[in-house]
Amino acid sequence: MPDTPYLLAALAVSAGVTWMLRAVPFTLIAQLRRSRLIPYLAATMPVGVMTVLTIYTMRSVDVVSAPGYAFMAAVVVTIGLHLWRRNVLLSIFGGTAVHVILVSTILGS
Amino acid sequence: MTPPTDECAVGDAGTQHAHRQDLRLALRDSMSVGFATVPTGLAYGVLVSQSGLDWWWAPASATVIFAGSLEFIVLGMVTALAPLSQIAITSFMVNFRHVFYSLSFPLHRVHGASAKAYSTYTLTDEAYALTTAPDAQTWSRRRIVTMQALIQAYWVASATVGVVGGSFIPDSVKGLDFAITALFLVLGLEAFRTRRDVPGALVAMACAVVGHLAFGEEMLVFALPAFAAFLVARFAVIRRRITHA
Repeated sequence: MPDTPYLLAALAVSAGVTWMLRAVPFTLIAQLRRSRLIPYLAATMPVGVMTVLTIYTMRSVDVVSAPGYAFMAAVVVTIGLHLWRRNVLLSIFGGTAVHVILVSTILGS
Repeated sequence: MTPPTDECAVGDAGTQHAHRQDLRLALRDSMSVGFATVPTGLAYGVLVSQSGLDWWWAPASATVIFAGSLEFIVLGMVTALAPLSQIAITSFMVNFRHVFYSLSFPLHRVHGASAKAYSTYTLTDEAYALTTAPDAQTWSRRRIVTMQALIQAYWVASATVGVVGGSFIPDSVKGLDFAITALFLVLGLEAFRTRRDVPGALVAMACAVVGHLAFGEEMLVFALPAFAAFLVARFAVIRRRITHA
């Protein structure tokens, strides 16, 4: 388990980077309006960043195992729910509910 | 001249009325986003309770990081003891979109260094979304900062309730951590709907897979900068094509 100094450092790093991104641009508004690269990056980053982070959260899943099947079923349900209803909270809660039910009952490790 | 706001003398009945009106409007605005903030905060708190971390991580991270989706991924990273460099790179890439909020957020209405510091610190997607209407450019400091403080209060309170409530969930209930995967999956689908960038998504997948094969647990340190490098290179190619056309 992580120790307290590491946790406090993790808080400081993530909060510091986030605050920098929120505050510093106010001092660079003129450059920001002139830039073409920054708007391009801001528009194109989310698809890839979310793809990378989704895969990161799956990194320890063994696809050919009972929990792996539960995981893939929950992924399919989440995507299906989202394409169907396009409600962020419904998709997350629905997919998670399917995963919890499967791994807590028939597809546990 | 700017219209009179909070800096006016207190005691004047009209000003006091305006102050109360500002607080009412801040409450109304913040509550309109609270309907999404509270369930997400509860879910975040529950995940912290299932992560094995001490309960204080929920209110501490909700207060200090105060950036919804980043908190979910940082939770996964700290439980895996990820290096701080990976946490820094991920924070930068996940929250890069905030750079643009400075173009329209009415920070010029927020006077004073400490108020400006707080207002930028809490410049979340929700605070930005609530100030995109043109009339927000004339809001008072009181209205803007109160709105931001209320959103932060909802988030911290719901995460705290979630971590306490989550501790009562029996051990036989497993697999709640799938919510983190579901969150990023859904955010990815939403981003794709806005910009149907198929090559971008495929390159990102390749970056993640290569990162995992080469760096294992520290895959993000490679995958996120590699994807950013791809975007910069693609931008350079597009620019060259335009200038040569």
